Amino acid sequence: MPNVSMKVNGKDVSGEVEGRTLLVQFLREHLNLTGTHVGCDTSQCGACVVHVDGKAIKSCTALAAACDGAVVITIEGLAKDGNLHPMQEAFREHHGLQCGFCTPGMIMAGVDIAKRRGKKLTEATIRSELDGNICRCTGYHNIVKAIQAGAAKM
Amino acid sequence: MSDTGIGARMVRKEDHRFITGKGRYTDDINLQGQTYAHFVRSPHAHAKIKKIDVKKAEKAPGVHAVLTGDDVAADGIGGLICGWMIHSKDGTPMKAGGHPVLAQGKVRYVGDHVAVVVADTLAQAQAAAELVNVSYEELKSVVETGKAQKRGAPRIHDVAPGNRIYDWAIGDEAATNKAFEAAAHVTQLDITNNRLVPNPMEPRVALGSYDTGEDHFTLYTTSQNPHVARLVISAFIGVAPEHKLRVVAPDVGGGFGSKIFIYAEEVVCLWASKRIGGRPVKWTSDRSEAFLCDAHGRDHVTHAELALDVKGKILGLRVKTVANLGAYMSTFSSSVPTYLYATLLSGQYNIANIYAEVDAVYTNTAPVDAYRGAGRPEATYVVERLVETAAREMEIDPAELRRRNFVTEFPHQTPVIMCYDAGDYNASLKAAMKMADYKSFSVRRAATEAKGKLRGIGFSNYIEACGIAPSAAVGSLGAGVGLWESAEVRVNPVGTVEVLTGSHSHGQGHETTFAQLVSDRLGIDADQVAIVHGDTDKVQFGMGTYGSRSGAVGMTAISKALDKIEAKATKVAAHVMEASEKDVEFKNGTFSVKGTDKKMAFGEVALQAYVAHKFDSNEVEPGLKEGAFHDPSNFTFPAGCHICEVEVDPETGVTEIANWVAVDDFGTVINPMIVEGQVHGGIAQGVGQALTEGCVYDPDSGQLVTGSFMDYCMPRADDLPSFDLGFTKTECPSNPLGLKGCGEAGAIAAPAALINAITDAIGVKDVPMPATPQAVWNAIQSNAAKQAAE
Ligand code: FES
Ligand code: FES
Repeated sequence: MPNVSMKVNGKDVSGEVEGRTLLVQFLREHLNLTGTHVGCDTSQCGACVVHVDGKAIKSCTALAAACDGAVVITIEGLAKDGNLHPMQEAFREHHGLQCGFCTPGMIMAGVDIAKRRGKKLTEATIRSELDGNICRCTGYHNIVKAIQAGAAKM
Repeated sequence: MSDTGIGARMVRKEDHRFITGKGRYTDDINLQGQTYAHFVRSPHAHAKIKKIDVKKAEKAPGVHAVLTGDDVAADGIGGLICGWMIHSKDGTPMKAGGHPVLAQGKVRYVGDHVAVVVADTLAQAQAAAELVNVSYEELKSVVETGKAQKRGAPRIHDVAPGNRIYDWAIGDEAATNKAFEAAAHVTQLDITNNRLVPNPMEPRVALGSYDTGEDHFTLYTTSQNPHVARLVISAFIGVAPEHKLRVVAPDVGGGFGSKIFIYAEEVVCLWASKRIGGRPVKWTSDRSEAFLCDAHGRDHVTHAELALDVKGKILGLRVKTVANLGAYMSTFSSSVPTYLYATLLSGQYNIANIYAEVDAVYTNTAPVDAYRGAGRPEATYVVERLVETAAREMEIDPAELRRRNFVTEFPHQTPVIMCYDAGDYNASLKAAMKMADYKSFSVRRAATEAKGKLRGIGFSNYIEACGIAPSAAVGSLGAGVGLWESAEVRVNPVGTVEVLTGSHSHGQGHETTFAQLVSDRLGIDADQVAIVHGDTDKVQFGMGTYGSRSGAVGMTAISKALDKIEAKATKVAAHVMEASEKDVEFKNGTFSVKGTDKKMAFGEVALQAYVAHKFDSNEVEPGLKEGAFHDPSNFTFPAGCHICEVEVDPETGVTEIANWVAVDDFGTVINPMIVEGQVHGGIAQGVGQALTEGCVYDPDSGQLVTGSFMDYCMPRADDLPSFDLGFTKTECPSNPLGLKGCGEAGAIAAPAALINAITDAIGVKDVPMPATPQAVWNAIQSNAAKQAAE
């Protein structure tokens, strides 16, 4: 079984995984970071989005072994020194979540969109950038507002 | 209004854990020694099981047990039940076939549960499942709603000849036929209400655990109503008596109806834990299993007719619906196409004569049950498509035709059971038309046409019955349970409050809105209030959350308990302040004695109630804790008007939503931010139904064609616009807070508004849902061909 090491949310971690172990399984089952969710089995929903080496990826579609040596940030690692990230704040402020299941992936995707597309995001940009994330609760209306506001404050 | 009281746009108390990744969903829970279950499912739509050979699988590494229907039978584990009795026109009871938790000799849909493998790891369980050898004798299958009763269709359950579960009717047939004879105009439509897959983002999970020492079971499950799950699993399925079974539904990632029902997997995980000697058994659905086995929604085929006089006054409505209930009758399936559907066919209109017939049929598909709106979206779709079509045929403005027929006096008894208690349908129509700038539609249409596109506008004036439900009334209609709600308010000695509620929050924000009610009533900050729900060991009993009932029924129960708290605290305060009870007033969190400067804060009174130094315990019991059950006296009737405007590209058939206005009357609104969120989400699901989502089974093989997010098109952010919302208000007279409920409105209203807009844009009578680009393009082409021929 391969041994993998990575820096997750600022901490060095390592563990033995099977070759087929997915990054999301490693995070949830080995590290008990259950904030990252699994909403599908076809890489469609984005509930599992985390940042690997600064880029948003779907952790259900990456092998843990392939992330050996990577720097990983999950939803649990977004707040710094007890202060919420502006994107987290914005989701609360704008009611960008209901059941909360898609939320970690949405927030991680939102941060990534802002990093790539800048602080001033149009509604159309956000909507098209969210094509890899599904929310069944909110109708996206408030998620779009939250990402717009969160990006502006980043 | 305080910052945290009724009406405040307060941010949600529960959000912190969700935005920091600390939500606690069922799959996040792992127990010591836990094993994993994997189900062997039927690959066939309909087949006899000749033999199941489990020997190889049993010997595979890590396997604890391979269990089949024979084991279920041997242990006397009962089948799943349908809890609402419907009688056919001839008075005979519905024909419910058995619904075993693991197949007994026959499978009836692709995904049906054949066996379960329990192993140390999920990978081992999956690998061993491959070794379970099932020999099937394939049978002919039928999956189409309209074909289930046809001659030659295979019989799915022996008890139901012609696959007919019931043929039920409501209304006065003779009077309705007479109204049609007198009509100046009759509008007819053949409508399919497409089958949907609910797809809450959190898939279902069951974690069953048997304690050998205590002979006690615990089930962690993704449920909207853990107490009902416990009741059914105890009293009907017989796994354990209620006092030996705890059901916990922690954070639940959306339900939309699909997590109301009692499913095979949760029963099997519980039972299997005992079977393997008490190690916990966990099953986590993957999305593919969710598509196969979660209860689906809708799936009606309807012929509907509306009779009108010359002036457009509606004289009668006649409806014939065939409802597909799938291969087995799920928990509340029988009530959906009957009492939740046909009783709303009067819409917002004064219709003297209504007659509806509903045939419910078995097919070789996943069970169908309540999905957001449950029956009421189907009713609204029938009524609002008919009214809009009639207006076009009679060349009357669609708003005007509606106005001529609105119910304007309350209470209003419809011919289909419901008695509307309050509403102002003109007000919501007027407000919506103003927000949508209806007057200038022709200008916008011309601008769109100048771009080579088509523009259309559509109305949907929906009504729904929520606040489910008066127990005696639903009991007389066949419900097997009462539909009251319970609450307990526990005041701590320091004046903080815990509310235990039988409602269950899975996205609705109860931890916030319920705390707002307490804040309002007791004059304490919402931060001082904790809401406890979802655990049968903590909350004594409750009926759960569905049917937009948690406000009107759940909060009313809390309100009643608060009445008792106030009465008791007043007693204590009177003793402590040495005043007569009738002189003590409670306002803004302070008890004061009229005409004096004596006063005590709520928290001080709470402390006095617990130290019990200042009153005679024979007169006043120590402590401050009260409970209440609330049984509503009527349904509530949220209603409103949605107006949708679309642009259609005739070259491609692509529909773009240009504008969406919704004006709703939900009575009192506790937290406008949360209510708006509910409307947004509801509209999105309605748009999904009308534009993108459709569950398809292959008619020949019975295989599920739309079995993943690759094939089943969930609405995404770029399929939807932002929504323009407004509110009107008539208070609901049947509960003290005036609440009507808001959870389902969007999903109920949206499909009709959208299809009315598309058909207006492209100038056709009907377009099937989902109105995909292909469906719209086909409608445009066949319309053009028809016109060319004329
Ligand atoms: S779990 Fe759905 S995309 Fe990763
Ligand atoms: S908040 Fe429930 S799925 Fe997005």
